[in-house]
Amino acid sequence: MPMLIEREGVTAFTEAVDTFVRLAEDEAPEADHTDLLVSFARFQAEGEGWLAEGRRMGVWLSAVEPVEGLAYDLPRISLVALEFAKFRDGRAFSAATLLRQRYGYAGQIRAVGEVLRDLAKDMVRCGFDSFEPADDSTPEQWAASAFRFRHVYQSAADRRAPAFRERMGEG
Amino acid sequence: MYRYDAIDKSVIEDRAAEFRDQVARRLSGALTEDQFKPLRLMNGLYLQLHGYMLRVAIPYGSLSANQLRGLARIGRTHDKGYGHFTTRQNVQFNWIKLSEAPDVLDALAEVDLHAIQTSGNCIRNTTSDPCAGATAEEVDDPRVWCEAIRQWSTLHPEFGYLPRKFKIAVTASAQDRTAAKVHDIGLVLRRNREGQLGFEVMVGGGMGRTPYLGTTIRQHLPVNHLLSYLSAVLRVYNRHGRRDNIYKARIKILVAALGAEDFARQVDAEWTAMDRQAVDLPDIELARIRGAFGYVPFADLPPVSGVFEAARKADPALARFARNNVKAHKVAGYAIVNVSLKAPGEVPGYGHSEVRVTHEQNLVLPHVKLDDLAAVHAGLTAAGLAASNINLASDIIACPGLDYCALANTRAIPVAQSIARRFAEPDVAESIGELKIKISGCINACGHHHVGHIGILGVDKKGEEFFQLTLGGSGAEDASLGDVLGPAVAYDQVTPAVDALVEAYLRERRGAERFLDTYRRVGLAPFKAAVYADAH
Ligand code: SF4
Repeated sequence: MPMLIEREGVTAFTEAVDTFVRLAEDEAPEADHTDLLVSFARFQAEGEGWLAEGRRMGVWLSAVEPVEGLAYDLPRISLVALEFAKFRDGRAFSAATLLRQRYGYAGQIRAVGEVLRDLAKDMVRCGFDSFEPADDSTPEQWAASAFRFRHVYQSAADRRAPAFRERMGEG
Repeated sequence: MYRYDAIDKSVIEDRAAEFRDQVARRLSGALTEDQFKPLRLMNGLYLQLHGYMLRVAIPYGSLSANQLRGLARIGRTHDKGYGHFTTRQNVQFNWIKLSEAPDVLDALAEVDLHAIQTSGNCIRNTTSDPCAGATAEEVDDPRVWCEAIRQWSTLHPEFGYLPRKFKIAVTASAQDRTAAKVHDIGLVLRRNREGQLGFEVMVGGGMGRTPYLGTTIRQHLPVNHLLSYLSAVLRVYNRHGRRDNIYKARIKILVAALGAEDFARQVDAEWTAMDRQAVDLPDIELARIRGAFGYVPFADLPPVSGVFEAARKADPALARFARNNVKAHKVAGYAIVNVSLKAPGEVPGYGHSEVRVTHEQNLVLPHVKLDDLAAVHAGLTAAGLAASNINLASDIIACPGLDYCALANTRAIPVAQSIARRFAEPDVAESIGELKIKISGCINACGHHHVGHIGILGVDKKGEEFFQLTLGGSGAEDASLGDVLGPAVAYDQVTPAVDALVEAYLRERRGAERFLDTYRRVGLAPFKAAVYADAH
């Protein structure tokens, strides 16, 4: 089981217990599996029923599955896991940005796959708040990487004040 | 020019510290080479034939004299005394030790320079007009927008891991000195009939194996929306560009696959849905940047300099230099001086202590007083840098080729030197006139051969170096891709072939036609006949 790091407040990260049970494609949930993480296809087919049973749903999107497919369901989804099949595949950054900025998604966005602390800053800035590091990063290392830069140039999903606002005395 | 404030400085310092940590983790084995590679590339560090090469960004080609001295220091301390100016307004050091790379970054940061995003699949250094702020042709100073792009693209959280590298060019003159049409995005600043500034936005240009000229997807983008519009283009590309095949991953392939119209529609949809206010720079920030470029203390001078006119009459070498290397300045009594690097030596500082690097691998002193021209020329002559050959046959662009590059099929620099020697006689070169020869040592086209009036591409034929010639390319405002002349020629036949092409041009030329004009009028046939005549 990889460690799970979650963002807590603005700058802190802590180790968290993963409450979501990852269902294999042909696996049925047990009665006590209250939180389920399933593929997009599986969610489309069976999500309705599981939600009706009172379970919390997480959906796993690979890089080729567009977030637009989840648009109408987002208010009922507790977790979206975005996959970095290779860490240099940057599609999930756009996916997370769209979830937060276009769809106003307020649930958890988790980075899964080849998740390295070298991406912590970009992930946090694009709206990820939950991480499964593949490089044994500790929450402290994660925090150091995420906030290594004292200033940023762009406005992004994390609402950090960009340089041009700081220069105007805002932020 | 723009000077870094505390915020700008903090970003390059923090980046240098981050890279130091990454190098340490690589050396300790915590990062695999596979994981480290994209990270070091993001910071301009390539593994090459002789070791590591570090590529340093010269933001939109503008350097202070102090920065140039900083680069020279690094060349002496960490390299073997060399720096290589690239066709992308960067400088490369070819003998850097991995363990010393973090120290080099610290040394760069001291003079406000860095290697951020000089390689890797991210937004690279923006190309701009080396005559910006000095030429009377421009409708606005393109560097204002280049600096806006520099800040926006630096460590952009969403666009750091694109399908492939991404290059943007900005020009504001009728004469395009940036090769805007062969960039992923080419931006041409213009005023519309109402006098408002806007960008013509061209996407999908590029060289490499599959060369394309950019297609216009927007005629007049209001300047204040530049960054949100770029964000929309990049988002469409980041999401939909191909990642399965490195040779099909550039935006040009996506634009070609979707069709420019459909691509533009997707960009518009993104752009419309975006919170532009959050992304676009407010006027006050644009004014701050503009102010930084505006301040050059020009003296009040007469348009004609008696000193210079007298010196030019007395010294034919100076007259030639003025004819070929000196261009008109927007301020009376000043001139733009092109320094040809196609000759060895060191570079002195002149012209308000500012130097520009051109994509044609030369330098520009943007603001030289006419009164000082003779002294500048004398200084350049003493340094071996007074070659009066700008845009002439000996002013050749060549990639590093087999001498430095791990990907090369053939040499490029010795080919360039051989051709340059053939046209070294200044009267001969001047009588031939503008002739842009560009050489790439392999199909990756770093020497921009597709847009050479004469393009030369090195190919490998059963282990031997051969060279394919193309004619009629241009990277300027009249952009076009060259046509293949015929079968490739052997290494020692390149200079004779170029010679034959030039002879054919001189026979066919009408009036003041350039080589390119003649070729466009008469086509391949006479050139083909000239080069392959003796082959039988
Ligand atoms: S064109 Fe080829 S040989 Fe020349 S620098 Fe580029 S990759 Fe190397």
